[in-house]
Amino acid sequence: MKIVIRRAVVGGVFVLAAAASSAFAETTLNALFMSQSAYSEADVRAMTDEFTAANPDVTVNLEFVPYEGLRDKTILAQGSGSGYDVVLFDVIWPAEYAENGILLDVTDRVTADMTAGVLPGAWTTVDYNGAHYGMPWILDTKYLFYNKDILAQAGIAAPPKTWEELTQQAQIIKDMGLLDTPIVWSWAQAEAVICDYTTLVSAYEGSFLTDGAPSFQTGGGLDALNYMVDSYNAGLTNPNSKEFLEEDVRRVFQNGEAAFALNWTYMYNLANDPAESKVAGNVGVVPAPGVAGKSEVSAMNGSMGLGVTATSQHPDEAWKLVEYLTSQPVQNKYARLSLPIWASSYDDPAITAGQEELIAAAKVGLAAMYPRPTTPNYQELSVALQQAIQEALLGQATPQDALATAAENSGI
Amino acid sequence: MSRTWLTTRAWLLMLPLLAVMVGVIGWPLAETVRLSFTDAKLIGSGGDYVGFANYAKMLSGAAFQKTLWTTLWFALSSVTIEMVVGVLAALLLNQRFYGRTLLRAMMILPWALPTVVNATLWRLIYNPEYGAANAALMQIGLIDSYRSWLGEPGSAMWAIILADAWKNFPLVTLIALAALQAVPRDTIAASLVDGAGAFQRFRHVTLPHLVGPLMVALVLRTIEAFKVFDIIWIMTRGGPANTTRTLSILVYQEGFSFQRAGSGASLALIVTLIVSVLALTYGMLLRKSAGSTV
Repeated sequence: MKIVIRRAVVGGVFVLAAAASSAFAETTLNALFMSQSAYSEADVRAMTDEFTAANPDVTVNLEFVPYEGLRDKTILAQGSGSGYDVVLFDVIWPAEYAENGILLDVTDRVTADMTAGVLPGAWTTVDYNGAHYGMPWILDTKYLFYNKDILAQAGIAAPPKTWEELTQQAQIIKDMGLLDTPIVWSWAQAEAVICDYTTLVSAYEGSFLTDGAPSFQTGGGLDALNYMVDSYNAGLTNPNSKEFLEEDVRRVFQNGEAAFALNWTYMYNLANDPAESKVAGNVGVVPAPGVAGKSEVSAMNGSMGLGVTATSQHPDEAWKLVEYLTSQPVQNKYARLSLPIWASSYDDPAITAGQEELIAAAKVGLAAMYPRPTTPNYQELSVALQQAIQEALLGQATPQDALATAAENSGI
Repeated sequence: MSRTWLTTRAWLLMLPLLAVMVGVIGWPLAETVRLSFTDAKLIGSGGDYVGFANYAKMLSGAAFQKTLWTTLWFALSSVTIEMVVGVLAALLLNQRFYGRTLLRAMMILPWALPTVVNATLWRLIYNPEYGAANAALMQIGLIDSYRSWLGEPGSAMWAIILADAWKNFPLVTLIALAALQAVPRDTIAASLVDGAGAFQRFRHVTLPHLVGPLMVALVLRTIEAFKVFDIIWIMTRGGPANTTRTLSILVYQEGFSFQRAGSGASLALIVTLIVSVLALTYGMLLRKSAGSTV
C-alpha cells in the first residue's frame, strides 16, 4: 500500500513537473500512422504514451489512416508546407519521397549501434541512392499459412516446399472434397495483388526492371503470372481472391475455408486467437515456397519505415520519437503483431515463446526478401501491373499480352 | 432614392460575400486552369507552360475514352433507376394508408447515410463468402451458388449502380411527393368522372405537375452521378480490371497517384466542361417544360 501511495505521489509530481515544463518548452509532434495490419492502433498509442511519459516536454498528436491514405496525406501535407513531423511510409515510396524532398536524409543520425544491430535486409526499406531516409519499423513479408487440420485430413505430411507442390497438395484437398478452392490470396485491384505477384516473381527469379527498362513481361515475371492464372483456372484458388484484400484473406482462412493463404505476419497471432478464429491452434506458417532449380523459398519486402519530414519544425524531437519507436526494447515488448528489426531479438526466448513457428519462418523469409522496383514512378507501374494481372485472371488477355501492355503503360 | 444608388448599394452589400466567393471558388478555379496548361507536379516547382499538350494527351488516351463510357453508363443507369423507383415510391406514399407517416420518415434514411457508410454497407452485403445478397438470392432460388458480385466485370458495375440508386432514390421521392401535394384533387375527381383509367390519370393529370420538379431532381442527380468517386472507390477501387473506373477516379490517379498535377487539372476541367454542358442542356429543357406546364 505504502508503495502504491509513494508511486502515486511520485507520479503526481511528475505530472505537475510535466505540466510546468510544458508551459515553457512544449513541442507538439504530428505523426501519421496506419490503421490496419502490423501494430494495432492500441499498440501505437501505448508506445507513444510511454514516449511522452519519458519526454514530458513533447506531446504527440497521432493520426491513423488506412494504408491507402498514407501516401496521399503525406504528399498533400508536404504540398501545403506544413503538417506531419513523423510519417510511416511503405518500402515502395522512399524513391519518390527522396526525389521530391519529402523526407529528411537521416544517414548522419543513424548510430553505429543501429547499423550493427538491425537486420541488414531491413535497411533496404528506407534507403535510396545510398542514403537512409528513416528507420525500418515494420519488418514484413508474405508467408504461406496453412491449416494443419485440413492437411492432416488429406494425409499431407509437410507443407509445400515449392509452388508446384502447393498446386499438387491443393489438388489432393480439392479431390478429397475437403474444400472446393483450397488457396486464398489478396488479388484485388490494389497494391495487395502486387505483393503476391512479387512473391512469385522472386520464386521464379524474375525481375521488374533491367537497366531501367521493364522486364517483368518475360522470364520469371511472366512465369509468375502464368502460375496465378493456372491456379485460378484450375479452381484451386478461391475465385473471390480477385476482390480480396488482406483482411478478407484472414477472414476466409480463420473460418477454416482455406487450406493455404498468403498473408503478412499479423495474421499469425490473430488466426491463433480463439476469440477471433475458428482455426486457432491449427495455424501453420512457413516461408513462401520456391521453384525447383531456381529458389528454395520466396519472399517480398513488404516492410515499412518511420521517417522525419523535411518540413518538420522539430526534426530533433521527431527523430527522438522515431528512435524510440524503433528501439529494441519497444519492438520486443510489442512483438505479437509485428516482428522487430533487431537481429538478436529473433533468438530472444521472450520474443520467440509461443510463436516459434513464425520466428523460424521469419528467419528464412526475411533474409530472402525481394524488393519491388525502386523508381520514383512506382505508382504508375503498379497501377498498370494491377490491371494486367486482373485482365489475365479474368481471361480478357493472355498473361503475355497483359504484361506487355503493362510494360508499355508503366510510365518507365 | 435614385436607381443608381440602389444598384450601387446592392453591390456594396454583396461585396463581402463576393470577396469570399472569389477567394474560395474563383481563385482555386483560376489556379486549376493555370495548372492545366503546365507540366506541374503535385509537389515541387510550379511547372512550365506546355500549351494544350495536357488536353491533347488526356483526350486522345485510350483510358479517357473507356472511362468516359463507363461514367456515362453509371450515370445514365443509376439516374434512370432512381427516377423510376423514386416516382413510383412517391405515388405509393401519396396514398392514404395506416403507417404512412412512419414510412415517409423512414424513406429518408438511405439518403441521410453518408456515402462512405453506404458503400461499406453494400460491400458487406455483396461479400462473396458471407454477404447477405448471396444468402438471400440462394434461399429464394435465384442463384445456385455464391457469386463474386464485385469481382466479375459483368456484375461489378450493376452492383454499384444498385447501391447508388438505393441511396439516392429517396431524394427523387421527396421532390416528387412534394409536387404531388400540388395536384388539384378536383381535377383528379373530374377525370374519374370522365372515366379515365389509372394510367391515363397519371399520364394526363399527375405527370404534368411532376415534370418541372422532376427535371430539377434529374439535373442534380445527373451532375452528382457523373462526378461519382467515393462509392466506387470504396467498393471496387475501379476494379476488376478497371471495369468500374470512372472519370473522377482517373483524375485522382493522374493528379494524386501519379503526381501529375498539370494533366490531372486538365482532365478535371474536361470533366467539369462535360458536366456543365449537361447542366445547361437540362436547364434549357427545364425552362421549356416550365413554360409548357404553367
